[in-house]
Amino acid sequence: MPDQERIPVLETRKLGISFGGLKAVSDFNIQIYQGELVGLIGPNGAGKTTVFNLLTGVYEPTEGTVLLNGVPLNGKKTHQFVAAGIARTFQNIRLFGQMSVIENVKAAFTKDIKYNLLDASLRTKKFRQAEQEMTDKAMELLRIFHLEEAADLPASSLPYGRQRKLEIARALATDMKVLLLDEPAAGMNPTETAELLECINTIRDRFGIAILLIEHDMSLVMNVCERIQVIDYGVTIASGLPEEIASNPRVIAAYLGE
Amino acid sequence: MSTFIQTVIVGLRLGSVYALIALGYTMVYGIIRLINFAHGDFIMVGGYTIIFTVPLALALGLPAWAAVLAAIAVCALVGMGTEIIAYRPVRKKGTNMSALITAIAMSLFLENLAQAIPAIGPNPKVADQMFTAGGFRIGSVTFEYTTVITIVISAVIMVVLYMFTQKTRLGRAMRCVSEDKAAATLMGINVNHTIILTFAIGSALAAVAALMYMAQYPRIYTTLGSDLGIKAFVSAVLGGIGIIPGAVLGGFVVGLFESFTTSYISSSLSDAVVFLILIVVLLLKPAGIMGKNVGEKV
Repeated sequence: MPDQERIPVLETRKLGISFGGLKAVSDFNIQIYQGELVGLIGPNGAGKTTVFNLLTGVYEPTEGTVLLNGVPLNGKKTHQFVAAGIARTFQNIRLFGQMSVIENVKAAFTKDIKYNLLDASLRTKKFRQAEQEMTDKAMELLRIFHLEEAADLPASSLPYGRQRKLEIARALATDMKVLLLDEPAAGMNPTETAELLECINTIRDRFGIAILLIEHDMSLVMNVCERIQVIDYGVTIASGLPEEIASNPRVIAAYLGE
Repeated sequence: MSTFIQTVIVGLRLGSVYALIALGYTMVYGIIRLINFAHGDFIMVGGYTIIFTVPLALALGLPAWAAVLAAIAVCALVGMGTEIIAYRPVRKKGTNMSALITAIAMSLFLENLAQAIPAIGPNPKVADQMFTAGGFRIGSVTFEYTTVITIVISAVIMVVLYMFTQKTRLGRAMRCVSEDKAAATLMGINVNHTIILTFAIGSALAAVAALMYMAQYPRIYTTLGSDLGIKAFVSAVLGGIGIIPGAVLGGFVVGLFESFTTSYISSSLSDAVVFLILIVVLLLKPAGIMGKNVGEKV
């Protein structure tokens, strides 16, 4: 159980957004603590991906705030959200397909640039060291996901399940505090899903990060998440432990229709 | 035989100038899918900057070509300014078509602005000698210093640029932005900065191309950019637009064909042959020589 004294890593207060007259998400409140794995579920079109877009600064909220370690991120740009420590994966895998596996991971280190153009053109010691450090860090991440032998292959040549893992590795490389996973098991077969679950557990234990998971696969969410929040039509209809959610009449009604 | 070798050398010289310019077109296209029609005019801006700063360079005891440093700075600023003031706002609000029209407008704007400046005016200006005159002979083939310098410097620039895009973080960021802007920004890459950097590099290359061009043809006029630009644009498309090695290859193909037509057929047909090659290549390989034909994903 989260310790109520601590500051949540990620918190939203009355977060909401309207597109024209349509309220896509309203009064969305969530707290995620370090090391926690929280699930966000809801029927199709409930606003789950919109929440993700709000949490990563892709959309600017029309109301409310996103706080990272208690610091509000209002008005920041997406790349600044990432620099602050929020990373995500996509529902449809969006790797840089023409680049190699290791380059995809290195791309996430861009924001920590330590050398300038002059260093790069003269290939100074600083440049070579920074590049070497990056390669080492990237390889370490790839090893966790058993992708190290594929490092130099084009990302698009990997099978689906491994592309998904690479996407997670790339997100981890941004050195984030919160990882948002958008339907990571979408389109995976049961073996791949099982491997993915193991992966998610490993990274949480190893990196001690907070994870927010959007998922359709109810069994996956019920099995791994400590807490679950359910939204429908952009409004939170339930939040609590998996068992509570599974027996909540409002959730059942939302999923099965009344 | 010596005519043949001489023709190849001239082709390589022309080709390296086209390649330098084509790189600017292709880099910008690669990153924002915009054909920057104003790119040719950046050459003109570079050319005039060189003309006006040569006296300064000489006064400082530097060689005339050192004026290219000023041209690089001015062109990079003009390129970045064009992106920030003209293209970015349009890209945010409008469609690809409005951005394209804006690029044409920028081109006309720069040409007419240059004409309106009293020191420039509509009449061509003649540049000073850029590099040491003369050359050397190997057998019966003459190598002019200008030609050798042009080819060598262009080759060095192209290798450095390639290494930059492949091996450095900023280069990698450029490739990320070119593949998927949304994913790039979620990797913490500042997309706008990366685009501006691309404009700065492309425009700086145009300044170098201006120097190379002027070293050979020391006559500068306000619509120079359109004439040179169109051939460089053809080079970029021929090689596969958006692909950096493609622009270099396209530049050399165009340069060599132009040179061979001039020397063996007729100089008045050289442009016609260049465009004919473009049509043939695009019929056979619509994405250009190095381009991949990508089927529409459903």
